[in-house]
Amino acid sequence: MTGGRSEVRVGTETTVDSSGARTEILRRIRAAKGATPVAAAVEREWTAIERGYRREATREREAVLELLEDRLRDYDAHVVRVRPDEVAGSVAAMLRERGKEKIVVPTGLAAEWLPEGGAFVVDDGAPATELDHFDGVITGATVAIAETGSIVLQNVAGQGRRAVTLVPDYHLCLVRVEDVVETVPEAMDRLRATADLPTTFFSGPSATADIEMTRIKGVHGPRFLDVILIG
Amino acid sequence: MSRAAELTVLDPTTSPAFPVAAKTMLRDAQLRKNVRHATEVIQNKRARVVGEMPDWQQLREAGRQIRTHTMANLDFYLEEFERNCTKAGGVVHWARDSAEAKQIVTALVKASGSGGEGATEVIKIKSMTTEEIHLNQALEAAGIHAYETDLAELIIQLGHDQPSHIVVPALHKNRQQIREIFQREMNLPELGEKPEDLADAARRFLREKFLRVKTAVSGANFLIAETGGVCIVESEGNGRMCLTLPETLITVAGIDKVLPRFQDLEVVLQLLPRSATGERMNPYNSIWTGVHEGDGPRSFHVVLMDNARTEVLADEEGRQTLNCIRCGACQNACPVYRQTGGHAYGSVYAGPIGAILTPQLQKMHYAQSLPYASSLCGACYEVCPVKINIPEVLIHLRNKVVEQKSSLDPEALAMKTMALIFRSEKRFRAAQRLGRIAEAPLVRRDGQDGGWIGWLPGILGGWTQVRDLQEMPKETFRDWWEKRGSRGN
Ligand code: SF4
Repeated sequence: MTGGRSEVRVGTETTVDSSGARTEILRRIRAAKGATPVAAAVEREWTAIERGYRREATREREAVLELLEDRLRDYDAHVVRVRPDEVAGSVAAMLRERGKEKIVVPTGLAAEWLPEGGAFVVDDGAPATELDHFDGVITGATVAIAETGSIVLQNVAGQGRRAVTLVPDYHLCLVRVEDVVETVPEAMDRLRATADLPTTFFSGPSATADIEMTRIKGVHGPRFLDVILIG
Repeated sequence: MSRAAELTVLDPTTSPAFPVAAKTMLRDAQLRKNVRHATEVIQNKRARVVGEMPDWQQLREAGRQIRTHTMANLDFYLEEFERNCTKAGGVVHWARDSAEAKQIVTALVKASGSGGEGATEVIKIKSMTTEEIHLNQALEAAGIHAYETDLAELIIQLGHDQPSHIVVPALHKNRQQIREIFQREMNLPELGEKPEDLADAARRFLREKFLRVKTAVSGANFLIAETGGVCIVESEGNGRMCLTLPETLITVAGIDKVLPRFQDLEVVLQLLPRSATGERMNPYNSIWTGVHEGDGPRSFHVVLMDNARTEVLADEEGRQTLNCIRCGACQNACPVYRQTGGHAYGSVYAGPIGAILTPQLQKMHYAQSLPYASSLCGACYEVCPVKINIPEVLIHLRNKVVEQKSSLDPEALAMKTMALIFRSEKRFRAAQRLGRIAEAPLVRRDGQDGGWIGWLPGILGGWTQVRDLQEMPKETFRDWWEKRGSRGN
């Protein structure tokens, strides 16, 4: 492991010179399969890939929402569906039921969604060790996929940085019905414009099946998940 | 404190040949029971969630086409990925082989300690690519301790064991065995034996590391050329912890991991979880692009590693091996793997995919027995979400093995004869007729339908030394089909 260290410069600004390897690997690839492709030809070839799978919803709107609720309950999440003016009340009820008090929220979460008098702390970029002291987190969502029971978060107002929905043990997620789609392709279509934002899909709470293939909830991420569907 | 020294590793250059290793495994009843249980559970779950997808075959076909297209334009997409990842604040490195990859990662880890002090600890997400190059041992040798944070990898690391499955590396251990490892290594004599107790112990053991260790090493499921993004698919959230909390993140990825467009994720994210763990979607997917102010690591490196993948690319018949998305479905479906477990393959890639990948990644010479570690039943091909024709590649590799051996080798002769026969339908049919006549005196009846041949004469004897051969059916499928067709039903 000590040989060849000379080509690696170690400092506060890390640079590891691997340009020789780069040239060599690209050369090997070209030798293996022929000349460098031209962008236009690659584009044409990619477009020609057959995508005969479902790219659009096949169910009625109401059935899509029911499917999402079903899938989420499958993961043991509490799910309720409320009108926009009922959100704050519903949040209060959920927190009471779960016995969660000290809650962190990302910046930009709609104020009218939060009940008055709760102990909500707006995330200010505190280190993870501090996030660890919260009971839970409340966020919005970018899109939800009914078929797989997945919810997608991005780093935008109301959803915040990834650590906020990772460290606390409880996540209450607010999903607007207009952000619910049926299939994965529909969700990817919506995410495309903001593809460079940090993006997290979660499908139920953290789980493992590593011990005798028994599904155990919550190893490292939040162990409890609740969802309020709005609209 | 070099634990590396006493660890035996799954290295094809030093492991015994498959038949030898398999014999030892076959004697381990507990291991076989554990493997059988786990593979059965996953297979049933997989069948259920695949069955509910009316467009599964179309998804497989799209998956195959995307992967084939990517390999045909690999240089193009790698350069595109590099450009976009760099633009987003990531640093891209290239490694010709495992030695270079290890050297780069070690240097990056050492440089990552803030204030000039090198980091001596890293947290790691489960990654077959880092297993492939035995990264942990290299880090250990450089004085850096790597903590595996995936529950299964933790079980293996604390148990001084080796992974035996791509997706569920510790499936060969049952809960009592895991409990003993945790009791001993985490110093928890009172630990219960419910799966929940064990998971809870792991949670407490690792949370302290997640919150303290400043550098993480990961693999990658997909690199997205169009955006320069990286995608990791996982269950436990340990991946998210490693990707999100440390200051420095180092991702090691094979050059085969690239995908053309963000949109292509819609195909692989449907194929992978259903095939791998039988879930509609795995609990977590993380996608990130370079570094993002105020969210996640401040320093992000990707090491693009060749390590013989370009050699596989150069072999037209073997090339489809690179399409693999490491779902492990072929392992669960393979009757040979289910009997022997993963360690017999002498490589971190076990099962059918290991039987084709390892010999190609490791210079055939070291893994000549692996292309034979299959019954060619075709189950692996059927379940493969990107339609890799594993039996076809196995035959191709067997041919290569035979070519390497002397042409007077009896097996080489047999293979050549077989090839001749298979190439012509007339010859094939004649051979089948002949076979039925020739086998007659060898068939042993056991009172049930069809007889078994326990011994074959001459050069074919090698075959029956390790298995019985079933008597040829009275009629070939073709004969039956043609007759049936003429009856018009
Ligand atoms: S070869 Fe196919 S089935 Fe096997 S691990 Fe790879 S993608 Fe999965």
